[in-house]
Amino acid sequence: MKYLAFAAGVLGATAISAETPELTVYTYDSFVSDWGPGPAVEAAFEQTCGCDLRFVGAGDGAALLARLRLEGARTEADVVLGLDTNLTAAARATGLFAPHGVAADLDVPGGWSDPDFLPFDWGYFAFVHGTDITAPANFRALADSDLRIIIQDPRSSTPGLGLLMWVKTAYGDTAPEIWQGLADNIVTVTKGWSEAYGLFLEGEADMVLSYTTSPAYHLIAEGDDTKAAALFDEGHYMQIEVAGKVAGTDRPELAEAFLAFMISDAFQSIIPTTNWMYPAATPEAGLPEGFDTLIQPGKALIVAPQDAPAVRDAALAEWLTALSR
Amino acid sequence: MLRLERARFCNGGFLLDADLTVETGRIVALIGPSGAGKSTLADGIAGFVPLVAGRVLWHGRDIGAASPGARPVAMVFQDGNLFGHLDVAANVGLGLRPDLRLSAAERARRDAAIARVGLSDMAARRPAALSGGQQSRAALARVLVQDRGLIVLDEPFAALGPALRGEMLDLVAGIAAETGATVLMVTHAPQDARRIADQIILVTGGRAESPRATADLLDAPPAALRAYLGD
Amino acid sequence: MADRAQPLIARAPGRAAAGLVLALVAAALAAVVWRAEPGRGMGPSDWAAVRFTVVQALWSAAISVALAVPLARALARRRFAGRNVLVSLLGAPFILPALVAVLGLLAVFGRGGWISAALNHVGLGPLEIYGLHGVVLAHVFFNLPLATRLLLQGWQSIPAERFRLAAQLGFAPADTFRLLERPMLARAVPGALAIVFALCLTSFAVALTLGGGPHATTVELAIYQAFRFDFDLGRAAVLSCLQIAVAGAAGFVALRLTGTEGFGTGLGRATRRWDAPGGALAVLDAVVIAGAVSFLALPLLAVVASGLPGVPGLPAQVWRAAAVSVGVALLSTLLMLALALPMACTAAAAVARAPGGTGANTGGGAIELAGLLGLVASPLVIGTGLFIWLNPVVRPADVALGVTALVNAVMALPFALRILVPRACEIATDHARLALMLNMAGWHFLRRVMLPRMRPRIGFAAGLTAALSMGDLGVVTLFADPSRGTLPLEMYRLMGAYRMDAAAAAGLVLLALALALFWALDRWGRGDAEA
Repeated sequence: MKYLAFAAGVLGATAISAETPELTVYTYDSFVSDWGPGPAVEAAFEQTCGCDLRFVGAGDGAALLARLRLEGARTEADVVLGLDTNLTAAARATGLFAPHGVAADLDVPGGWSDPDFLPFDWGYFAFVHGTDITAPANFRALADSDLRIIIQDPRSSTPGLGLLMWVKTAYGDTAPEIWQGLADNIVTVTKGWSEAYGLFLEGEADMVLSYTTSPAYHLIAEGDDTKAAALFDEGHYMQIEVAGKVAGTDRPELAEAFLAFMISDAFQSIIPTTNWMYPAATPEAGLPEGFDTLIQPGKALIVAPQDAPAVRDAALAEWLTALSR
Repeated sequence: MLRLERARFCNGGFLLDADLTVETGRIVALIGPSGAGKSTLADGIAGFVPLVAGRVLWHGRDIGAASPGARPVAMVFQDGNLFGHLDVAANVGLGLRPDLRLSAAERARRDAAIARVGLSDMAARRPAALSGGQQSRAALARVLVQDRGLIVLDEPFAALGPALRGEMLDLVAGIAAETGATVLMVTHAPQDARRIADQIILVTGGRAESPRATADLLDAPPAALRAYLGD
Repeated sequence: MADRAQPLIARAPGRAAAGLVLALVAAALAAVVWRAEPGRGMGPSDWAAVRFTVVQALWSAAISVALAVPLARALARRRFAGRNVLVSLLGAPFILPALVAVLGLLAVFGRGGWISAALNHVGLGPLEIYGLHGVVLAHVFFNLPLATRLLLQGWQSIPAERFRLAAQLGFAPADTFRLLERPMLARAVPGALAIVFALCLTSFAVALTLGGGPHATTVELAIYQAFRFDFDLGRAAVLSCLQIAVAGAAGFVALRLTGTEGFGTGLGRATRRWDAPGGALAVLDAVVIAGAVSFLALPLLAVVASGLPGVPGLPAQVWRAAAVSVGVALLSTLLMLALALPMACTAAAAVARAPGGTGANTGGGAIELAGLLGLVASPLVIGTGLFIWLNPVVRPADVALGVTALVNAVMALPFALRILVPRACEIATDHARLALMLNMAGWHFLRRVMLPRMRPRIGFAAGLTAALSMGDLGVVTLFADPSRGTLPLEMYRLMGAYRMDAAAAAGLVLLALALALFWALDRWGRGDAEA
């Protein structure tokens, strides 16, 4: 008897969980980490969706796209979250994405009108430094200074690629000159952001390539106001992080509901102090205290997504040539 | 009865020929100059050196192609007779069963053998903690439990002093008498042969001659043996 | 004609294990090639990467082993308080995750490090560590201990009886070196060189970070780029094959130079040395040991110092991840033993077949080369290949830990074989005749003789594998399951979330756990009096 009741219980439980739809969202690893937005987002969305939200983490944005390409149409992802505009052209070319169908009023500089990909946050790349040094006002000044910087490798890191695009959009054909000027300022080139930022905090360099929002972390989470981002007068290159609906999803409505949720206040208010980026749609309550202290670039630079792959390859070749000498 | 029928053993490039018979229960010494092939003959009979021609017969059965473990031979080497990581009891026990799963009766046989060679107090010791003579005794205890018809000794006592060596030889003779085993022992000392050997096989220049009575041979040595003995 | 009924050691299981490794690597490569889309092929920058990789690996291997010789020699002939602890600690740098080690090294040798600070005091500029010399420094830090342990076991393979004989003959240290140690080194050094070389070939984050720029691009980074940046799987596979070819060539040369004849049977007396006089030589040994200890220990101290304050406040997830990592490490140790022990025995079977010790050991070489494959085929390519195979069948996250353990086991195989094979050959050489005479072939020989006598080596290999597996980032982040991250992954997540102090603490926990595993297994191996 007891066994029968137990079996019935197990079967019942299975039946219920089979009825609860599961939404699988591929994203980059730091999004799902316990210190990223993932856990709070999951809890908030599951309160309203009557579903089970499952995050699958895979490296960073570029690794995420590589994984998707490996899986092809067989992927179990319903939504992919965490690509950026350097990757959307390649992502679109896979034919794996469907229009998101969400109409939204977003606060992304330069506006947004992509039918397939919807932004959830954005930020500016910047060199972060201690407030004890006088920061240069542009790349030329940086190249002329004795300041030592740590950057990331564009081949293995998103910010590294961002810097490449930054110099290219700001200087065009004279970009190689800038890189040659910077060569003696570069202490080293790391595989990823974490290594670079860690080395910077250990005192290995005066400045590190990161985001304008990085000082907000130190200020808000650590009460430390000795970190600042350098304002460059060429303007700052933007990273816009987006999500898209997978065309082959068997839960299209749920996927759309998630994308709509993604730009709602419930999601957007989680972003600033977990992902340390600007929310794509500023929540009603505004940005957390401390974000007002951040530098505001005069000019937002970005390469149009469809041009990004070509610009990227040309800029990488220049970068390798200039720095391999 | 051990019969080598136009047997030819090949050790590397070295060839040894033997065409001879050893009667059961005899203790036979293999004597000859260094490099003449004594050890090759012992190894060949034990199965460590391949037989390339002829036959090796034990009581009429051809054992020339059998693996060393399948031959009726218990051998004691010049060195390396004991496993350093196993105690005396285990080393002796291996002679009964290679998997060491001894029955009560087998354990009793093992202990009796250890007692027979006078090592009862040291059964739990490892070889490193034994003297040279004690190590030889342990190896002989294993020969005892192996209970094979043929015991081959390849100068295992060469490193021992005269008195101790004599003791060991007597032990061998005793074991042989108790078990009825045939003994072949490589030696370079005629006095060892005189002490326990009934017969001598003279090995010279890649040939082993038929056994001859110890006293006869040593009292009237042929030229080759005389040269070896140095008188 | 003189065919033997049952061989002393069956070769089939070891061949099967080697075949399994080969099949794993081949299947992974094939899958990657199969999924490849037309790419741009190998470019000049890829060839530059091959060149840099080989150059840095050569330097790293040469310097690591050159320094290991005097260190191992000093450790072999000196007995002092704390020697065993020191020998255990020698494992520490090798098992550190690359990032933790780099931060530790930079705390000492970096521009903001202790040495630079001291130089500043006397008015000299900071130490410039970035460049080829920095890469080599880091690789020496990682591999000097491994090379030392490999050579130390060479010294231990010389039976105590030989040193006794040497003492009796009144050998001076130079005579001992010429007659006992140099022949041993001639056999041990090529293998150690090949292992360190192979290990440095696949270096990526360390080489890039300390290399100071894109000229320090290694093949592994080029593979990473091909996969992640260009999604050019064909080029990734070609690069991986190139890496295999280079490492294979090095391994082949090393094995040709390495004989296998042992020193004959010893009775396992504890090795006491009579050739270690005092005076200048004692001072020299002391200087060598002290120098090595400070070189290896200072960065470790830096890791401890920066991590310790954060340990009490570590979040629960880190401890959970630590438990996961220990589980993965133990599983991968078991898998490694399941592969390596049969392989080592098969290598030894060639020796056992010729009990006179005249047979050249070619079988062992092939086995060790097979073992090398898993390490040098590029973890990223293996992981990707496995992913392509498994993805249609199972949810990658469901097998993440198993695959991680398997890949870690395969990566540890070359070290394990270098540790196990020489000893297995010695045992076979020393005991084949006695065992054959006792009809003790097959399993009984393995269980009663081979395994007990190999125990110290098994313990060392197991400890190394467990610790390595602890520190590995999980070659297969592709498979990652967010809720069951390993400790290194959790550490990276902390860093990615700006929590550098917590990450340093997690790094310290990782170091402590890896060391504890290593120490426990190594200790188990040496539990027997003879070591």
